[in-house]
Amino acid sequence: MTTDGPMDRATDDDTVDSGIYELRVNGGTRVVEGAWLGESLLNVLRDRLGLYGAKNACEQGECGSCSVLVDGRVVCSCLELAAACVGTDITTVEGLDPTGALTDVQRAFVEAGAVQCGFCTPGLVVAAHELLDRRPDPSELEIRESLAGNLCRCTGYGRIVAAVSAAAAERRAAAGGRP
Amino acid sequence: MTTTTTPTTPTGTTATGITTTTTRPPAAGIGSDARRPDGIPKVRGEFAFSSDLHRPQMLWGRTLRSPLPYARIRSIDISGALALPGVAAVITAEDVPGRATYGLISSDQPVFAADVVRFVGEAVAAVAAETPELARRAVAAIEVDYEPLDPLTDPEDCFTRDPIHPDGNIVRSVPIRFGDPEARGDVVVEGTYVIGMQDQAFMGPESGLAVPDTDGSVDLWVSTQFLHVDRDQVAACLGLPEEDVRVHLGGVGGAFGAREDVSFHVHSCLLALRTGRPVKFVYQRDESFYGHVHRHPGTIWMRHHATGDGRLVNIEARIVLDGGAYASSSLAVIANAARFAPGPYRIDNAKIDAWVVRTNNPPCGAMRGFGAVQACFAHEAQMDLLAAELDIDPIELRLLNAARTGDRMITGQVLEGPVPVEECIRACVALPMPPARDEDRLAWPGGAGRTADAADLRRGVGFAVGYKNLMFSEGEMDDAHAACRLEAGVASITSACAEVGQGFVTIAQQIARTVLGTPDVVVEPASTATIGTAGSTSASRQTWMSGGAVEKACREVAEDVRAAYAAVLGLEADQLEVVDGRLRSVAGATGAGMGAAIDVAVADAVPGRRFESSVRNRHAPTFALDRFGQGDSDVAWAFVAHRAVVDVDPDLGLLRVVQMATAQDVGRALNPLQLIGQIEGGIAQGVGLAVMEEIVMEDGLVKNPSFTDYLIPTMLDMPDVEIALIEQPDSRGPFGAKGVGEPPTLSSTPAVVAAIRAATGLALERVPVRPQDIALARKV
Repeated sequence: MTTDGPMDRATDDDTVDSGIYELRVNGGTRVVEGAWLGESLLNVLRDRLGLYGAKNACEQGECGSCSVLVDGRVVCSCLELAAACVGTDITTVEGLDPTGALTDVQRAFVEAGAVQCGFCTPGLVVAAHELLDRRPDPSELEIRESLAGNLCRCTGYGRIVAAVSAAAAERRAAAGGRP
Repeated sequence: MTTTTTPTTPTGTTATGITTTTTRPPAAGIGSDARRPDGIPKVRGEFAFSSDLHRPQMLWGRTLRSPLPYARIRSIDISGALALPGVAAVITAEDVPGRATYGLISSDQPVFAADVVRFVGEAVAAVAAETPELARRAVAAIEVDYEPLDPLTDPEDCFTRDPIHPDGNIVRSVPIRFGDPEARGDVVVEGTYVIGMQDQAFMGPESGLAVPDTDGSVDLWVSTQFLHVDRDQVAACLGLPEEDVRVHLGGVGGAFGAREDVSFHVHSCLLALRTGRPVKFVYQRDESFYGHVHRHPGTIWMRHHATGDGRLVNIEARIVLDGGAYASSSLAVIANAARFAPGPYRIDNAKIDAWVVRTNNPPCGAMRGFGAVQACFAHEAQMDLLAAELDIDPIELRLLNAARTGDRMITGQVLEGPVPVEECIRACVALPMPPARDEDRLAWPGGAGRTADAADLRRGVGFAVGYKNLMFSEGEMDDAHAACRLEAGVASITSACAEVGQGFVTIAQQIARTVLGTPDVVVEPASTATIGTAGSTSASRQTWMSGGAVEKACREVAEDVRAAYAAVLGLEADQLEVVDGRLRSVAGATGAGMGAAIDVAVADAVPGRRFESSVRNRHAPTFALDRFGQGDSDVAWAFVAHRAVVDVDPDLGLLRVVQMATAQDVGRALNPLQLIGQIEGGIAQGVGLAVMEEIVMEDGLVKNPSFTDYLIPTMLDMPDVEIALIEQPDSRGPFGAKGVGEPPTLSSTPAVVAAIRAATGLALERVPVRPQDIALARKV
């Protein structure tokens, strides 16, 4: 008897060349050439544009390791068709600060001990930015609810919550509010 | 840190031109919350994980895996795959030039299945192609003709069925007979406990890059826990001398035991050597579930005997762990399950029979707390049963029986070093309880589903205690090399210790800073090409073993600096002493070069010279267990207590862990911030095993190889953790430290289940506890 392997999925012929298209990534225009129409934004960012910050942990939208911002919304780049992102503004972890400096969230992650293996970290940093931009004063439960789509296996999340809380407090202090 | 200024010059330079004082800022040394050296690259997305590696002309590798749990291979036809454009190579068992098998302890797993496949997911062939998609198509084009065989999937059948492997169906049995194995107590309790198959579920999938050299040797960058044992296995299978296989650590996205065994290592090197091009492998998540070992599922029957006033008299146990198709680290796992079966309690008699058996289920091996985790779930359930039977408070019962230094384990070995079981229990109990139920329904069982009814919710509190050995046991070779180079005030540390996220790189820096008195410490990349083995990043051993090696190497350098500095100043070496990373003149010492008291950082004392040291660190010898399970098998142990508070909706079977509290025996906290990270992270895995994590098997088939169906705790599932550190330094570890990685997983699982039992009154003898185990249980 002959059977398929355990991981083989039925796939359509998605190797149709999509031609050339442009993506706006981290404020610049990047040309994507020779990609297939079915390629995910994650694949294109990593293997065609050399932006390895978004990570490939589950590739089915469960873990958040590949989180990037598309027009300011946090998305799993593994679930987005790259060709469908033409005309949007894409921000990856590499582009959170246009000057290349560490952002407040990135600094807080380092200082709070929120990083262990670090594989989930870029996705969490992106998602935390989106949260704090949308909601500058989140409760701990709101932080946990908002970031529950980002899995981490090392930390048990305690120091990550502490880092996001610290970054939020720093923003409030900078805005002249309570620390 | 005090600094004495010399009167000679304001810059602290004597007439001889040698620095005698320094005013560098205090280093982030031992005991500080030093931050990780790789933290900034990791938050910026710049840290190179093994899945981020790439080279020009790189090919993509992919593995063909068995769809059947047990089958004979009649034929393999690779011609269709080879004919596809863009496919560079297809390899099967007949292409393996060296040893056909590999394995951590016993070499029983084929590089590629040749005649028989023994589990779903076993590697049958591998390809290298120009793109990942072409590699996938090439794998799909390989035709394998299988003759299905009747799979052996129930571990109990192993004892009677024909062998499914030439090495037999019993991988190892460990009997223990201690004291009077037939001793009877006034009170007897027994139960049968079942542990599901847990996955390490690290975030970074198996990945790496093999790069061939023109001389026939190969470099492999890979996520691993143990570079040298990978190297040895790959070289043997390739038929190459060990020095022709150089294994380098690729950035590791978590490990937890699953990266002790090789995965695609041999496949990638074979393909690279065959094609003459770099070959990259990246498993996707489903392949990762098939491509690494899991935590052993098992069934444990236990019977405890006690006196009427609650003193343990005897423990009987029958332990059967399912090792799956190949041995991996099963031999060590079953020995842990057997000898830690009683828990950290004084007990004079024991009768344990433990087996780890071979089945056509996925291979099982190391996962954080290996063997001791399974035993702990059973013995702590038993302690609660016994407390109920005796009508004694469960915590009082544990205190009454708590082991102390000098007590004997059931292997006959005397517990040496600090054994703070009582201290862990008392400190854990004393931690603050959580507030009453949160008003916000998001914090109730069911969360955003808003399904729980306040009137139905019940809160339970559970308690558990655990212990485990640190380092390898039973006479297994267990050493760690490290080297230190000091030049121009900068220390460089070389070690093959695999940094997998645990923070060894920080600890190594802290040790060097403290011993050499410099803030500037570089940890060099880990590789088999630069230094001898560090041993495995497992068994809570690297702080003790490789940290200890780093400390020794740095101290040797400090001694060399002392001698050189004394010579420069015209002093006898014993007129100087090394204290806290500084060279100081011994009180009363005088000499030609000594204009004043000397107090200088070791690293700054002789800036123009290079000092180097390389050491091998070994612990005291350990010994095999004899046929009665007796022997001094262990080096050291760590102890821990956990308390769980859980809210349960018994009608819906939904629950929420509200708080975890723990007191852990850590020896000494070298980096409290990292230590908290280890404790919280380990507890999350223990909570996961308690309430959600299980690889569901059906006739040898994994039903849930994805993060959609295999659930690990999210940020909403993990509660706050209250922590008490029990610091009783162990003089044998570096600066008194013990390993800390595994204890958090030991008793967190039984504590959570005890809390659910307290809330529901159900027996709950199986983990994970599923909603149906609560909602559909026969209510007593």
